[in-house]
Amino acid sequence: MFSDFMSVDLTASLYLLSGVFFILAIRGLSSPETARIGNYLGMSGMLIAFIVTILNLEDNSLSNLILIVLGISIGGLIGTFLSKKVAMTDMPQMVAALNSMGGMSAVLVAWAAFLSPAAFGLEINGYIATASMVEMLLGIFVGAITFSGSVIAFLKLQGLMKSAPVILPLRHVISIGVFSIILICSYLILAGSQNDQLLFLIISILSLTLGLLLIIPIGGADMPVVIAVLNSYSGFAAAIIGFTLNNLALVITGALVGSSGAILSYIMCVAMNRSFFSVIMGGFGDEGTGGEQVKETRPVKIGSADDAAFILKNASSVIIVPGYGMAVARAQNSLKEMVDKLKEMGIKVTYAIHPVAGRMPGHMNVLLAEADVPYDDIYELTEINSDFAQADVAFVIGANDVTNPAAKSDPNSPIFGMPILEVENAKTVLFVKRSLGIGYAGIDNDLFYQENTMMLLDDAKKMSEDISASI
Amino acid sequence: MDISPLVYYGSIFVLAIFVGYYVVWSVTPALHTPLMSVTNAISAVIIVGAIIAMGTESSGASGTISKIVSFFALIFASINIFGGFLVTQRMLEMYKKKVKKDV
Repeated sequence: MFSDFMSVDLTASLYLLSGVFFILAIRGLSSPETARIGNYLGMSGMLIAFIVTILNLEDNSLSNLILIVLGISIGGLIGTFLSKKVAMTDMPQMVAALNSMGGMSAVLVAWAAFLSPAAFGLEINGYIATASMVEMLLGIFVGAITFSGSVIAFLKLQGLMKSAPVILPLRHVISIGVFSIILICSYLILAGSQNDQLLFLIISILSLTLGLLLIIPIGGADMPVVIAVLNSYSGFAAAIIGFTLNNLALVITGALVGSSGAILSYIMCVAMNRSFFSVIMGGFGDEGTGGEQVKETRPVKIGSADDAAFILKNASSVIIVPGYGMAVARAQNSLKEMVDKLKEMGIKVTYAIHPVAGRMPGHMNVLLAEADVPYDDIYELTEINSDFAQADVAFVIGANDVTNPAAKSDPNSPIFGMPILEVENAKTVLFVKRSLGIGYAGIDNDLFYQENTMMLLDDAKKMSEDISASI
Repeated sequence: MDISPLVYYGSIFVLAIFVGYYVVWSVTPALHTPLMSVTNAISAVIIVGAIIAMGTESSGASGTISKIVSFFALIFASINIFGGFLVTQRMLEMYKKKVKKDV
């Protein structure tokens, strides 16, 4: 009934419009002031795409529309619930979970198109056109990897699975073997095999396996890159399906999301001085570093909350360096209270954030925003690094590897060459840490043994509260 | 002679990658987490594929399976859309509070 007044050109133009809205949604994120408008534009773009699709429905019987509304309601309720419920500290898991949904949708839509090609206009004389078939296979492949990879990332971030790398013997051989079988099956389908559906299923299952194999060897510290990469994949999966469906909104959005994820992965890799390839190959954090035992015998100065409060009170400028430990301890609010007390005393307090602090890009910024820290107080690595030399106190809370001077001085260190926050230049370094254990990268931090370092061994939240109390 | 759909959509894809490249570099690092959640949400525009598949007069066993499969795709994509946009909004609200305070 509706499809009469929806011409092909009008439909395509509206999909293009929703693509433009999505571009504006990302563009809005260039500053916190415009970001919210951008998000509303993104929602509008989605609404446009939805309405256009509904208006073009072939079968717009009431029962079918009810079914569509039902599906969206179920998903919408779950999505809304998750978005309200999730703690800001758990954002990396949330993004991983949403990524997996995106990957799964791509796989399922490719399957739907494969099972009823006529619905998508993919049939030529009763056969699926080769180009469409290739696109569907690619869509399944990328979508399935995104799904199972994101599920593993989610399990690792949520702590349901050990975050340390899981190294299977001959893992590269296994991965290449699985990939080869996928290629062979794809070839058979394209060559016109009669067992299309079975082969399609095998390809789906093997692609899921491959996603799993790719992510399990990657350790916790590399999660920011993994999340960004999977984000990128979910975009490309959408774009590929866009080619199958000849849909502008999907092609544009897929390209946007794909490049967004790729750029974020690039930024993360640069921030860790790792090549993209070495992250993807995995295994980081399991390399034993020699001489650790010797190092551990060196003396460490351990202080109490009272000592720390005394030092902070007498400082005139303090730089806070938050890290994943702050997220784990959910210490951002206690930290903010402590900082407020210091600020009341006229002490200048700023925050320094390393690009890979936490478990995903921008993780620390969100947590500090949650605790109401003004974003003018927060500086990026390159903006603030020279200020440490003038600072009285560097207060490191839950960060470790991103402050490790070995990255500059020890060519044998696995993190050598990584840009770090130069906290060692501050007059005093207060280092809040649960124990003297090694960081996620599995390496010792020379900072602990420096003359001007005082270790505050406690949970980040409890320590901030105790310091607040004694200021 | 008409241009083939592959080249047509391919051109748009390539140009969109360039647009994405420049737009994403303009995003402030402080908002990288909302960037990830909002890109999550918009990539779920794949929901149109699920709706198209749902809305076709299906026939035969594979038609029925196709409908069931796309119904699940619809659910997953909706989780992604609602979850992604709303959680982005929640994060951005936190940045908003500080704007007010500073002004």
